[in-house]
Amino acid sequence: MKISSHQPAAMRATHWEISFPVLLAGLALAIVVASSIGLVAERISATAVSGFLTLFETDPDTAMAILLEVRLPRILLGAMVGATLGLSGAALQGWLRNPLAEPGLIGASAAAALGAVIAFYFGLGALSQYALPIGGVIGAMAGLGILMMMVGRDPSVLTVILGGVAVTAFAGALTQLALNLAPSPYATLEVITWMMGSLANRSFDHVWLALPLTIIGWGLLAGTGRALDALTVGEDAARSMGVNLNRLRWRVVFGVGLSVGAAVSVSGVIGFVGLVIPHLLRPLVGFMPSRLLPASALGGAVLVLFSDLLVRYLSPGQELKLGVVTALIGAPFFLMMLLEVRKRGQ
Amino acid sequence: MTHPASALTIESVSVRRGAASVLSSVSTNAHYGELIGLIGPNGAGKTTLLRAAMGLQSMESGQIRLGGKDLADWGARALGRHLAYVPQSGGEAWPIRVDRFVALGRLPHLEPWRNPRPTDAQAVDAAMKAADVTEFANRPVTALSGGERARVHLARALAVEAPILFADEPIAGLDPYHQLHVMEILRRQAVEDQRCVVVVLHDLTLAHRFCDRLVLLKDGRIYADGPPDTVLTPQALKDAYSVVPAGPVDLADIVLPWSRMMPSDG
Repeated sequence: MKISSHQPAAMRATHWEISFPVLLAGLALAIVVASSIGLVAERISATAVSGFLTLFETDPDTAMAILLEVRLPRILLGAMVGATLGLSGAALQGWLRNPLAEPGLIGASAAAALGAVIAFYFGLGALSQYALPIGGVIGAMAGLGILMMMVGRDPSVLTVILGGVAVTAFAGALTQLALNLAPSPYATLEVITWMMGSLANRSFDHVWLALPLTIIGWGLLAGTGRALDALTVGEDAARSMGVNLNRLRWRVVFGVGLSVGAAVSVSGVIGFVGLVIPHLLRPLVGFMPSRLLPASALGGAVLVLFSDLLVRYLSPGQELKLGVVTALIGAPFFLMMLLEVRKRGQ
Repeated sequence: MTHPASALTIESVSVRRGAASVLSSVSTNAHYGELIGLIGPNGAGKTTLLRAAMGLQSMESGQIRLGGKDLADWGARALGRHLAYVPQSGGEAWPIRVDRFVALGRLPHLEPWRNPRPTDAQAVDAAMKAADVTEFANRPVTALSGGERARVHLARALAVEAPILFADEPIAGLDPYHQLHVMEILRRQAVEDQRCVVVVLHDLTLAHRFCDRLVLLKDGRIYADGPPDTVLTPQALKDAYSVVPAGPVDLADIVLPWSRMMPSDG
């Protein structure tokens, strides 16, 4: 028997894999746990919990209102945004066959941010509190439209990445311009705060706003599993098995664009979830791109929900922004991954 | 299984890339039960011809018929079941397990959102056996040696159970033992399973020894097409490859006379 004693990667790949249903059930359970904690306790402390329980007895109406209108939407949005980021990251990494791909890569996040900033800049925020989110969705769609125009009929992955970089850079520059010319320091502060990403002070209206596009995006991404698996063999081999790479490209780009655009619109920019989660879960699903999709969706929700709990716990006074926390965790992680890739390459 | 005699007919196919002509008016055919070696110097258009025959390459003119039906009339999935392609190994994106990698070949047979059926598992087992990769079914594909990996790619294509099999340089970079091993498997597919097997080769001695017919491409045209002895003449080698005998040789001397040792031979 040839046992691969000289191939540590071989052992690693099979060693970490766990039963797929067990993994999904475990992640779902973690979501339930995080949601329950978030519903019951505004802060993670015994006094906060007992305080809330007391409120339930003295003024059940107010308590229910807090539960259903303040905490529930926050949790639903956290799960939605997290699932979007995890699923998008897994789909992009599978499609580009690169573990360093990220939803921000195709410019959807930056374009959504620009759209929101424009809406804010022209004072639309005064007209309606949903001006920002709507601007974000329009921005994401516009960014995608420009990307698809630049890419044209060329199906190559490299063109899409370069197009995404261009959209991100241009949207970033315009955002800076808007901030630069902002009428008041207060306006600048407001926009910057929003861009840091947060789930605080969100209502069910935000949920309804983001839900349709999110569902469409998820639907587009959910059907890509087998095509992504086939790409493991190579592009020509995948095409020889009847995979339509053009259709796959449209599904991935629009699925990511719509759902991430919707997510950024209601929560601001929450980075690195789409990078970290697929990478962590990939060995657990035996590196199969199709299995990574549902696992990463659940895992993304887990990470965002727990990060949001952490945010509330760490900063009872001035609330720490969720996007800042995920970036603080994610950036060093990204560096570790790069080092790992380099080590393996040697 | 009964097949029409001609598996593949290529008629005056021309392909241009920008201003350069890659294939000019190439015509040939292939039959079931035949192992055909597609040979020629680098840049002669071998891979382009293979890709054109799979419908992956836009053509300037010409017609390609597969199994008696025009290529344009084939649906992508139906074509995926009729023609399997073995790419050069080394491009595997993820370290997935060998048995799952081979099972990817069942993709053209799967109904959307349905699980694989028992026949799919049987096809995967048979393909792994035929390509001699059952031994490392549980290992990640990226952890295998070059020879093992080439056979895993072959097994993935065999799992399609397609009557036509294309292989692009499946023995490039392999040592003599593994080269012989892969060629034996391809030969068996043609002879025992009556498939039409087209293989791009650079090793002329193995091409001569294993193939029923050789198609020699030079500068995007067919230079010679026929049994190995009639194609691999000193004049053809000189014209196509710019190589001449280094000394007085008999053609029989350059045909690799060796066989692979079986594990039982010790």
